[in-house]
Amino acid sequence: MFTYDFMQNAFAAALIVAVVSGAAGYFLVLRGQSFAGHALGHVGFAGATGAILLGASPFWGLIAVTTLGGALMGFAGENLAERDVAIGMVLSLALGLGLLFLNFFTGSSIQATSLLFGNVLGVDAATLWRMAWAGVLTLAALAAMSRKLLFASVRPELAEAKGIDLRLISMLFLALVGVAVAEAVQVVGVLLVFTLMVGPAATAQRLSPTLVGGFCLTVGLAAGQALAGVALAYLTDWPTSFWISALSAGCYLAAQAK
Amino acid sequence: MMAGEAALRFSGADLSLGGRVVLRDLDFAIPQGAFVGVLGPNGAGKTTLLRSVLGLVKPQAGSIEVLGYQAGDRRALIGYMPQTRAPLSDLKLSGHDFVAAAACGGGWGLPVLSRLQRGDVERVLDMVDAAAYAHRPVATLSGGERQRLLLAQALLGSPNMLLLDEPLSSLDPHHQAATIGFLRDVQQRLGITVLFSAHELNPLLPVLDQVLYLGSGHAALGSVEEVITAPVLSRLYGAPIEVLHVQGRIFVMAGGHEVERDAHVHL
Repeated sequence: MFTYDFMQNAFAAALIVAVVSGAAGYFLVLRGQSFAGHALGHVGFAGATGAILLGASPFWGLIAVTTLGGALMGFAGENLAERDVAIGMVLSLALGLGLLFLNFFTGSSIQATSLLFGNVLGVDAATLWRMAWAGVLTLAALAAMSRKLLFASVRPELAEAKGIDLRLISMLFLALVGVAVAEAVQVVGVLLVFTLMVGPAATAQRLSPTLVGGFCLTVGLAAGQALAGVALAYLTDWPTSFWISALSAGCYLAAQAK
Repeated sequence: MMAGEAALRFSGADLSLGGRVVLRDLDFAIPQGAFVGVLGPNGAGKTTLLRSVLGLVKPQAGSIEVLGYQAGDRRALIGYMPQTRAPLSDLKLSGHDFVAAAACGGGWGLPVLSRLQRGDVERVLDMVDAAAYAHRPVATLSGGERQRLLLAQALLGSPNMLLLDEPLSSLDPHHQAATIGFLRDVQQRLGITVLFSAHELNPLLPVLDQVLYLGSGHAALGSVEEVITAPVLSRLYGAPIEVLHVQGRIFVMAGGHEVERDAHVHL
C-alpha cells in the first residue's frame, strides 16, 4: 500500500493534518472551546462551496472563512460561546448556504460528500504542498504565542492583570484554529473535524495532566489515529473518515474507563 | 527602604470605573507588614481599589504610592490573586503546571521555564503545602487545595505585598477558617503586607491588624474597634447603622437587617 502515489500522499496529508489539529486541539480543549472547532468546520463548508461557485479554489474559500470566522469568534469572546442557540443557528445556516451554493454550481454530490466527510485518498501533490506550508506556518505561530496562550487559558484573570490582551490572544488563537480546521477538512471533512481536533486532546488530557505529556500524547494519538485510519481504509475499503472517527471515539472511551 | 515607611499610601486619590467615580479622595497609609481586611458592600469598589494598587486603574486625581514607588512602576513587588470568574473544575492540567503557567509569564515563545523559575515554582508550592498534590489535575482537587494553588501563583517572584481579591468567596466556612489561618501564617513568615478583600468581617476578626472599610465612595482605615462603629459606618453607608457585639462576633445592622447577609443575597 506504500507503493502507490495516492497512498503516499494520503499518509503524508493525514500526518500533517494530525500534527496541526492535535497541537491546536490541545489548547482548544484546555480552554474549553471544543465547540468552536466544530463550529468553524460548518462555517467553512459555506466558504468552500461559495469559492467553488465563484470559480475559486475551495481550499482558499475554506481557509479564508474559517480564519476570519475564528478571529470573529475570538473578538466576540465568552459571551458568544454561551449563546448556544445563536451558534447553532449560524452553523445550520452555514451548512444550508453551502448546500445552496453547491446546487447553483453543479448539484454535484461527490464534491459535497468530500467536503462534508473528507477525501484524503484524493489529495494530490499540489494540495499536499499547500497543506504542508499552511501547517508549518500554523505550528510556528502557535509556538510563538504558546506562552501567552497557556497563561491566558488557565488563569485569564491573572494573565490580564499582567498585561496580556485576552481578546487579542483569543482572536489569534481561534484564527489559527481556523487554519487547522481548513487543513483537517481535507482529511475528515467539515462534519468530522471534532474527531481529529478534540478527540485526541480530550483523551490525552484524561491520561496525562502535565503540559508536556498531554501535548505530546495529543499529537501522538492524532497522528496514530489518522495514519491507522488511512491504512485501515486501504485494507477494508471502508471510508477513511469512518476509521478515524471510530479510532478517536474508541481511544476516548478507553481513556474514560481508566 | 526606610523602616516605618508606609507600604501603601493613597494621597487624595479618586478612582473611577467605566467613567463613574467609585471612590473619592482616598487618603490613608498602610504600614508595612500589616494584615488589612478590605470590606464593604457589593459595588463599593473593593476590586477597583486593589487594581489601582497594581496600577491597572489610574487615579483620576491624587496619587498612589506602593513601597515608595508610583503604583504600577514596580509590579514585581506585588503578588495578586484575582477572583476566578470560571471555576477550575474542568481544568485537567496538573496543579504544578497550573502554577508554572503563571511563572512563565506573558512573553512570546514556548512556555519553557528557566532554572530560576523552576526553583520558584517548587518554592511557592512548598510554601502553600501543595507539593503533595501538585501532580494531580486541578479538576480533582478540593476548593481549599485550589485556593492554595492560586495563592502559590500570587507568591511567585517573592512579592513584598499580597493583594487577595475575595479569596474566601468560593469556600465553605470550615475551609474559610483554615484559609485565613494559613494566610496569616504565610504573611507572618514572610513579613509581607496583605490586603484581603472579603464580604464578611467575622471570620477575619482573629487575624486583622486593620480594616479598610469602603462605602458610598469613601473609605475608612483603622483598627476594628476604630472603624466598625455606628458613627463611622453610618457615614460610609449614608444611612443609620447599628453595630452589635455578640459573643465575640460583630453584626452590622441597617434598619433591622444584617448588612453582610444582604450583600450575599445580591450575589
